[in-house]
Amino acid sequence: MGKDIREDIAWAQINTDVLKSLENPRKLFWVIIFVALMMFGVGVGCEVYQYQTGMGVAGLNNPNVWGLYIATFIFWIGMSHSGTLLSAILHLMHADWRKPIYRFAEAMTTFSLMTAGLFVMVHLGRLWQFYYAVPYPNERWTWPNFQSPLLWDAMAIFTYLSSSVIFLYVGSIPDFAICRDNVHPGWRKKLYTLLALGWEGTDRQWRNFRVTYLTVACFLIPLAVSVHSIVASDFAMSQQPGWHVTSFPPYFVAGALYSGCAAIITLFIILRYVFKFEEYMTMPILKKTVRLTFAIAMVWTYLNWVEFATVWYSHDEVAKGVLIDKATGRFAPFWWAMNFCGSVVPFTMMIKRLQTNIPVMFAVSLLLNLGMWLERFMIVSPTFSHGYYPWTMDANYWPSMVQWGIVFGSFGWFTLLFMTFCKIVPSVSMYEVKEMVYHRSLATKKAELGLEGGH
Amino acid sequence: MSKRHMLALYNNFDEAEAVVRELRSTEIKGFKAADDLIVKSPIEHPEVEKFLGHKPVNVQWFTLLGATLGGLLAFTLISGSQANFYAQMKGGKPIVPIPPDLVLTYEMFILGGVYITVLGFLICAGLPAKRSALYSAKVSEDQIGLLVTVDDSSAATLRNIFTKHQALEIQEEAGK
Repeated sequence: MGKDIREDIAWAQINTDVLKSLENPRKLFWVIIFVALMMFGVGVGCEVYQYQTGMGVAGLNNPNVWGLYIATFIFWIGMSHSGTLLSAILHLMHADWRKPIYRFAEAMTTFSLMTAGLFVMVHLGRLWQFYYAVPYPNERWTWPNFQSPLLWDAMAIFTYLSSSVIFLYVGSIPDFAICRDNVHPGWRKKLYTLLALGWEGTDRQWRNFRVTYLTVACFLIPLAVSVHSIVASDFAMSQQPGWHVTSFPPYFVAGALYSGCAAIITLFIILRYVFKFEEYMTMPILKKTVRLTFAIAMVWTYLNWVEFATVWYSHDEVAKGVLIDKATGRFAPFWWAMNFCGSVVPFTMMIKRLQTNIPVMFAVSLLLNLGMWLERFMIVSPTFSHGYYPWTMDANYWPSMVQWGIVFGSFGWFTLLFMTFCKIVPSVSMYEVKEMVYHRSLATKKAELGLEGGH
Repeated sequence: MSKRHMLALYNNFDEAEAVVRELRSTEIKGFKAADDLIVKSPIEHPEVEKFLGHKPVNVQWFTLLGATLGGLLAFTLISGSQANFYAQMKGGKPIVPIPPDLVLTYEMFILGGVYITVLGFLICAGLPAKRSALYSAKVSEDQIGLLVTVDDSSAATLRNIFTKHQALEIQEEAGK
């Protein structure tokens, strides 16, 4: 495998290349923004229609009380885990190849959580009553149910979102200072000056920065695991057939890491081209990300089969009925597509030649995420349309166009936020890439001199 | 005695380290390396700590405080809210159910830890701050800066040391 990054690249060059991305992206950037705006427009249109007409247009009804909104909510929550994986877990493991790509993964975490949060409100429908979910003393003497995983969810997601934003911001302060020192006077300079907080790179600042970054990273790892375990508890702690499975929390966490990693590959390829980051988002780094994704895909596949086996051997006839219905009923094409995309497609990642084939990996990463979205759809909908009693079954259930429209719009919303972020904030961490280059060249020199500590 | 600030820029850490070593071993009137020397660099380099001498970091105490307070606050608020179930019938269920409350306590433990850690970082790192007059954008690019505060009478000695080690640039400002 080649080197993750050129060791002779000058530090000043790193600044120049990354700062250029804030000013001169390829034309595709504007195409993406336009398409995302259109998609977002569709979503907003559907939401306005639903808001004005009533939740009936979403097609959510008894027994199908949860639909695409909750499935997509879980999908976006899952997507957010990749940032934590790259920033926090790989940071603690000293995997320095993550350095050129972790910033955009963190941004992905933040924006996917924001997108997920929207779905809670969209699903509620009556937005003006959202404050009922907030625990505060009130004259009604009513409190949210503290024993409900849904409340835990709200708390966990708020904690995760705010911690992720803080983590992303703190990690960007040295880069904001670089931007402040290099951009032309204007709104950007004012913004960067404000965000840099007067950072000068003193030994005192770096010392405290290191400990802070490490500490927040340590907090984020259990937090990320708890967030998706709690989302899994929304299902596993209920008595619904097919959901009451002990392995749901690890299954959800693995699925989250999986979809997040797949999304990193997608965005890696897009950003690499759009912002001309060929020098930093290199093929060896793509290869490592692909291998990591493959490993997580296999963990997910295993847990997927554990879930099936648990249901199958549980002798819970209704849960078994739901599983059989998934494989043979109305949802069968989606269920099989989920298994194909989630468990079979990743095997292309084993082929060395394909690991750095950009068109193939781009297509594979999209298919993996399609599989992961279908997984969430297959968790939510079949269970509701196949309840305990025949009169609770609704074999004809299908999400309405309004639901599909809002789901479609959420991808536009996420893309819009993400691409705008990459245009304003350096999506490659300049100081960390410098550190990477510095330490690697130092290690190479030491190795050449025959000293210990070769990389 | 009036003070003077001086900033010298170097090409790399090795050169900066050599200067710091000389400054530490030389007797200079009105200058103590531990207090009057600041190293500015474009990256975090652990070697700086070695040649500058150990300096304590106190952020972790903020973390401990934040996490503890966050957890305690969560449990107190939640169980306090649940206390109104003394007045409302709860159908035999525990008024303060410990396991579900622990989940929320855990989340607030992390939330408090993260928030107060970052607050501690800002306090300990002296941020937000006005940029000092002696600042070079080169420090955020690829050069290492040594900022010293020294008695006017010793400024020439320091300037000589900086020049001897081939400083790329020396900036000076009269202290206040």
